[in-house]
Amino acid sequence: MTIQEVPQGRLRTPFYSRMSELDTVNSWHEWKGYTTPDELYCAETEYFAIRNATGVFDLTPMTKYRISGPDSLEYINRLVTRDMAKIKPGRVAYAVWCDDRGQVIDDGTIFHLREGEYRLCSQERHFDWLMASAIGFDVSVVEETAEVAGLAVQGPTSYSVLSNMGLDGLGELKVFGLMHFDFQGAELMVSRTGFTGDLGYELWIEPAKAEQLWDALFEAGKLHGIRAIGVHALEMARVEAGYLAAYEDFLPAKATLRTGRTRSPLELGLDWLVDFKKPVFNGRRALAEEQRRGSTWRLVKLDIDGNKTAHHSYIYAKPKNNKREIGFVTSAVWSPICKQNVAIGTVRMPHGEIGSNVWVEIYYQREMHWSKAMAKASVVDKPFWFPPRRSATPPGPY
Amino acid sequence: MTDKYDAIIVGGGHNGLVCAGLLAKSGKRVLVLEANDQVGGAAVTREFADGYSVSACAHLLYQLQPAVRKDLKLSVKLASDDMTTIALGDDGEHVRMVGNKASGVSDADARSYRGFRKRMTRFADLLGTYFNRPPPRLGTKDFKDVSVLARLGLDIRRLGRGEMQEFLRLIGMNIHDEVVERFESPLLKGAISLDAVLGTHLGPRSPNTIMTYLYRQAGNHGRIAAPKGGMSSVTEELAHVARTAGATIRTGMAVTRIVVENGRVAGVETEAGERFDSMIVISNADPKRTIMELVGARHVETGFTHRVHHLRSRGNAAKLHLALDGLPQIAGLSKKDFAERLVIAPDEHYVERAFNPAKYGASSPEPVVEITFPSFRDETLAPTGKHVMSAIVQYAPYALKGGWTDAAKGEFEAATIRAIERYAPDIVQRITASELLTPADIEREFHITGGHWHHGELTLDQFMFVRPVAGAAQYQMPIEGLYLCGAGTHPGGGVSGAAGRNAARAILGREKAA
Repeated sequence: MTIQEVPQGRLRTPFYSRMSELDTVNSWHEWKGYTTPDELYCAETEYFAIRNATGVFDLTPMTKYRISGPDSLEYINRLVTRDMAKIKPGRVAYAVWCDDRGQVIDDGTIFHLREGEYRLCSQERHFDWLMASAIGFDVSVVEETAEVAGLAVQGPTSYSVLSNMGLDGLGELKVFGLMHFDFQGAELMVSRTGFTGDLGYELWIEPAKAEQLWDALFEAGKLHGIRAIGVHALEMARVEAGYLAAYEDFLPAKATLRTGRTRSPLELGLDWLVDFKKPVFNGRRALAEEQRRGSTWRLVKLDIDGNKTAHHSYIYAKPKNNKREIGFVTSAVWSPICKQNVAIGTVRMPHGEIGSNVWVEIYYQREMHWSKAMAKASVVDKPFWFPPRRSATPPGPY
Repeated sequence: MTDKYDAIIVGGGHNGLVCAGLLAKSGKRVLVLEANDQVGGAAVTREFADGYSVSACAHLLYQLQPAVRKDLKLSVKLASDDMTTIALGDDGEHVRMVGNKASGVSDADARSYRGFRKRMTRFADLLGTYFNRPPPRLGTKDFKDVSVLARLGLDIRRLGRGEMQEFLRLIGMNIHDEVVERFESPLLKGAISLDAVLGTHLGPRSPNTIMTYLYRQAGNHGRIAAPKGGMSSVTEELAHVARTAGATIRTGMAVTRIVVENGRVAGVETEAGERFDSMIVISNADPKRTIMELVGARHVETGFTHRVHHLRSRGNAAKLHLALDGLPQIAGLSKKDFAERLVIAPDEHYVERAFNPAKYGASSPEPVVEITFPSFRDETLAPTGKHVMSAIVQYAPYALKGGWTDAAKGEFEAATIRAIERYAPDIVQRITASELLTPADIEREFHITGGHWHHGELTLDQFMFVRPVAGAAQYQMPIEGLYLCGAGTHPGGGVSGAAGRNAARAILGREKAA
């Protein structure tokens, strides 16, 4: 019997060779078993690449499942809260999925690759839940994380870069659409999706062609300010875009021990993703009940006075007298492009209505000593960063 | 053709009939659809050889709940009542048990047995109270749930400090440890061990076999009876009561689908393609068959599907029926003893050893047997002068390695006859016909997944608040209009009627609340 060799320690994505060549700071961490950069130059520089030029982020560690078979649509429709029958082949949908109690297990994107064939992408792993959900369905669920290399190409010049690379016809691609191209004999899938709230694409290709794709991309982007980025820059951009991150703005329901630490989609401001017209989906009964009784929590986007970021701050209804915590901040960032002190938080109902004011208690350190400030914050409706170019079709040649 | 009913009951087993009777009595238009040609499910009498009939599956009445008898004003004619259990010993040295009395044992054992029985009866009474109402839901703030839970706590506390501790100690424990601590007679230990494991996939050393022992005592303190004319007389009576109250009962109508429309139940479809409409469908079928086959997993949520999918319901008890041209000779038994219940479980280790191979998918080469001669007191079951023997034989695992081929059945039947022959040497000469029903046969004939009496193993993880599965112990399934009323629900199997009655009350109570 031969013992098969398996990779030990952290895995490297097929883009590691290219990223490590560009790397100047040697700051990495682990993401689902893979080596992933915190930053390659400095987070701010990389952030400005996203907002002013093109940032390239290695998405390979993103968990990917291939879902196919005669029941695939019915299966996915029972799995997620939104109506997937409306998502035609060639389209991508942002979706959340819940347990029977209507609590969010995770969010992710579902690519309708071809008729009846889907790819589900998420930050976390969900094979057990997907397999449990497959009981009674004629469907195949295959984990294909390592078989698909992914790159996020995000920023105002991303369209120009990709056109330059020879992706003809990309201009027609609408937000949440996907197209297939030939790349050196391999199939390159491009979706107009991303985690930055800006014009941007995600590229998916077989690992064997990954380095060639990287090289072609950077060659094409030379004059368009293309830059590889790490997680820190992406994190700034995603908070500005008002996107949620698992383990930050909500805990995956399967990862909690204490009761009341999970969130429903209604509590995460994702009610637009819950389609009660579907007769059955995981969590439907519980969510209908929640809708009737009212939710416990509400997700808020906060525009905070001052310039001190409100990391993990308590949120109060009043600044003083009868001061009572109503919630806390889950993600916060100083937004360089909006020149705003922004945050995502969670507050108890009925607090946090759009347009209302709340107060955040910000602790900050100056030369070892801690100070605190109460800052007024208004609850806003729209993402902080939401430029028209994000959805313009065809996108402008920046 | 479609007919509109207030409620359709899928399966005319005894629980389905109890439920039908109670619903019909409160003015509901009820339709019962039974797949087989006679009502009763696994509580039926049927001919297995020319002129010889027997209760095909369940053959003794232990726990027909007094509340069920009362609510439906049942009059069940008994062929034998208050039957003695005779644990067969070598050379005619048997041990007899009835009520709290044990004879054929030492004085110390008899004393100890009395104490043991008294305590078990007290605990069984406590459980019995809760068997006759839906279990409270855990983790709700609903007043009714909380008050029933509080009452359960209080009732346990009211046993007294010592007895409460004893109850809490024993409820999860195995019967083996208890009998070896208390008794010296191997026959006594064997017979009690058998009582604890009958109809389960458990051995005497398996956890919570004291609970299964108690289960058998709940309702009638373990008093054993045999209905005249076999089990069908009970279920025919139930059907008669239901029909008289206005229920429609149709046999030979196998339901193949419970129709779900827009997320709620709309009716059922039969094998012949007939459709019956109703906003309430109550399934007497086991939970797995109901959800996974009749409804379909796609109509329920993942967590629930997963729990139902993993329900343990693999039967391990077989039924052996013998047609005899006369009673066999058994040393130490008088003629009238053939009216009693005989058990072959010579000692506690014998029972566990019989279970051992079953863990690995093999049948017992030396099985434990519970024997009755129902024709002894009931001339309707066999030609004059002839007799039938009805025996429950363990262990015969549902998922036998290699499957229940004719050879495998023959081997198990031979092993059973050998076990009986040890005490009744002339049994082989007496046999004119035989029938062995393995769990696989029981599954096929009575449509019970895994051929398990209880429609789901009777263990603490599938008991009370979590029977059949967590979040569905109130007879209502997570689809609007769908209910369960069979042995798979609280409290469990056995011809008790508790599940059917509780389900009917849950449905009527829900209607009142709405």
